[in-house]
Amino acid sequence: MKDLSLHILDLSQNSISAGAGLVKITVNEDIKKDTLTISIEDDGKGIQKDLLKNIMDPFVTTRTSRKVGLGIPLMQAACRRCEGDLAIESEENVGTKLTATFRHGHIDRAPMGDMAETMLTLILAGSDSDRSVDFVYKHILNSEEFCLDTREIRTALGSEINLGRPDVLMWIKGYINEGLKNLRGGM
Amino acid sequence: MKTIQELEEIRKKTLETINVRKDRSGTRIVVGMATCGIAAGARPVLLSVMDEVRKHNLADVVVAQTGCIGMCRLEPIVEVYKPGEEKVTYVKVNASKAIRIVNEHVMKGKVVEEYTIGAENK
Repeated sequence: MKDLSLHILDLSQNSISAGAGLVKITVNEDIKKDTLTISIEDDGKGIQKDLLKNIMDPFVTTRTSRKVGLGIPLMQAACRRCEGDLAIESEENVGTKLTATFRHGHIDRAPMGDMAETMLTLILAGSDSDRSVDFVYKHILNSEEFCLDTREIRTALGSEINLGRPDVLMWIKGYINEGLKNLRGGM
Repeated sequence: MKTIQELEEIRKKTLETINVRKDRSGTRIVVGMATCGIAAGARPVLLSVMDEVRKHNLADVVVAQTGCIGMCRLEPIVEVYKPGEEKVTYVKVNASKAIRIVNEHVMKGKVVEEYTIGAENK
């Protein structure tokens, strides 16, 4: 994976597959403490206890098309390269929380990447089928915060309009890019 | 500055122009979005497909995502399902190839042979 937003996209897809109704993605950049923390929390079906024990193993997967599952191990490797780690907590029928930590200024830390594209892709995936998945994307930089909550957008649009409509997605893209730009002092 | 109020405008405009359509009646464009696809660059492919569909106002086209198709080395993979026609699988797609696929195959019905899995195997 070239950047962190791709890891976030990949692992959040797991939440959608787990039947989540709400996926909370939080990125917390603390420059003073030199930490970068990414958490993905869902209310999906959770991971069975014996699977959870081996979840970091690349040869453990639930997919049927082949015997390797690289999403989680790749993220773990990315964290460990940067003096961080990946932790997964899960309870069956309650949900799963994944927390990835990095040293913010580590030379090997991949760039954040395009979070607007990641959120657009997720929202599109979450509005694809009959069920709809909501997302809360919170990005904290030191004490400043940007938040996107698709539940608010859904309320504003009304029930007739699907979030996956291109004009809605374009609005969301602009909203995220602007919000993140403001977070970084308009840079 | 983007505001939630702008969504109200989108809502009004959409409700005025909304045409009764049922998904799956038209063309489906499916992009593989598992770990393998994402790592190979499927995200910009998906978004350029979506952007092209929006630009040309293709109301009967559905853009969807799927998991691993099982041919990771050929990702990003795009499948086009047209009603009454055989599925066409495009491999090693990038953003510009995706635009050509929408323009030529989805809009004009002409399969872009050189990007298909058949051409790859030759």
